[in-house]
Amino acid sequence: MAKAVESSGELGTTSPRPLFAGLSDISISQDIPVEGEITIPMRSHIREFDSSTLNESVQNTIMRDLKAVGKKFMHVLYPRKSNTLLRDWDLWGPLILCVTLALMLQRSSVDSEQDGGPQFAEVFVIIWFGAVTITVNSKLLGGNISFFQSLCVLGYCILPLTVAMLVCRLVLLAEQGPINFMVRLFVVIVMFAWSIVASTAFLADSQPPNRKALAIYPVFLFYFVISWMILTFTPQ
Amino acid sequence: MAAVDDLQFEEFGNVTTTPAENPDATTINIEGPDESPMHQPGPPRGSGGEEDDELLGNEDSDKTELLAGQKKSSPFWTFEYYQTFFDVDTYQVFDRIKGSLLPIPGKNFVRLYIRSNPDLYGPFWICATLVFAIAISGNLSNFLIHLGERTYHYVPEFRKVSIAATIIYAYAWLVPLALWGFLVWRNSKVMNIVSYSFLEIVCVYGYSLFVYIPTAVLWIIPQKAVRWILVMIALGISGSVLAMTFWPAVREDNRRVALATIVAIVLLHTLLSVGCLFSFMCFGVCLSWTWHLLQESSGRADGMAPPSGICKVSH
Repeated sequence: MAKAVESSGELGTTSPRPLFAGLSDISISQDIPVEGEITIPMRSHIREFDSSTLNESVQNTIMRDLKAVGKKFMHVLYPRKSNTLLRDWDLWGPLILCVTLALMLQRSSVDSEQDGGPQFAEVFVIIWFGAVTITVNSKLLGGNISFFQSLCVLGYCILPLTVAMLVCRLVLLAEQGPINFMVRLFVVIVMFAWSIVASTAFLADSQPPNRKALAIYPVFLFYFVISWMILTFTPQ
Repeated sequence: MAAVDDLQFEEFGNVTTTPAENPDATTINIEGPDESPMHQPGPPRGSGGEEDDELLGNEDSDKTELLAGQKKSSPFWTFEYYQTFFDVDTYQVFDRIKGSLLPIPGKNFVRLYIRSNPDLYGPFWICATLVFAIAISGNLSNFLIHLGERTYHYVPEFRKVSIAATIIYAYAWLVPLALWGFLVWRNSKVMNIVSYSFLEIVCVYGYSLFVYIPTAVLWIIPQKAVRWILVMIALGISGSVLAMTFWPAVREDNRRVALATIVAIVLLHTLLSVGCLFSFMCFGVCLSWTWHLLQESSGRADGMAPPSGICKVSH
């Protein structure tokens, strides 16, 4: 009762009928059972989700991950400002691309002593250590992107260069010559520009505005070195 | 409660007092980002005032000292500690690069551009770019020389990139360490007005290497005389930046020690530039040498593999 009077006092009006007036008339008797079920919808949803991924077939799991990777490939090929690469990052795509690129850059030479080209391990190390260095650099400059998100973006944006490698290998099956080289040069330059545009579209927003160029330049250098490795690839 | 009459605003009139007019007044000098790097108090002075200018920077050197004292407060095992070394904006990096390309006599690179905000971004990425520029230009130059030959087989040399990287990064970090140690030792004997921190020295060395990047690209031109002229020009520019930076630090010392220090700095820099030129030529020449050797020994089974470490400069 006192509470009701106070609340009416706050309103500043002398209302004739205070709030909760009828409450005092209700008496809770002991013989009304209070029972029921309290379910938290979120928890039951998660429990259901867990059991569903645990019991599903292997094909479902693989297809789901492959579809996620494929969806991200599409985002790289048609770069728009979207958060898909950043939100659900995964490192499967970069691993597939890196292994493919390193395998294709492998030379079929038997005698490896005059071979100055990159071995599988060298390509792998260049790509992953380059990506880690760029990520650490962008974080040190004050970017607010997480470590693995940045690795994910940089790895996925190697996709155009992998396509360029495929095209170069096909072109190299034809006769060697200056036209051959010009075609390869053109393809590599176009794909290099595509990689830069794609990664800039995803990474630029996470940098402080007055340091964007400082964060993007290492990305440029990274893709330039990879493009150089692709362009100078000659099969034995 | 004070009466209303006591609350009166005092008119200060025109508040723009400069330190020259009224030395006792405290003025706050708020500079925007466009003004701060090139802020010089007044027109360039004659040779008499140059000494003070290059020693003390300009009037807000004590302000930057205060700011420097507030900056590095995180312990060294946190990430924030290392973030303080990357606290530069794009225009600041460009200004520093520009300052390393255009050494003006009398202007100290450290006091003018770094101003107690040394960064590690410039030295690290300039060295990385230099390594790749030398490697790629070396390969490209050799490729262009042998463009018409059908027997030429182009192979990129990635093993040498790691050697070049080691040398350049070692130069950019170990020589500043040695120089800093030497200057600290001399400072304990002779009181110098100007002293540099280790990071500032690393910064100067890193930015002074920038001039070698366009030089490496221009080294594609296959004329020997052109290459040596380019080396001389690059050495002149970066050597003068280094000499003008470190001269005020050793000037107070014994004449011979000061001169010896400056000569040692320039000599090491000369070694580096000649080393860069030789590694550039090595990127191409070793390759063609090994290829000719292979052609000669193409009849043999194996075993006559040329050691790829030997570099024979043929031209």
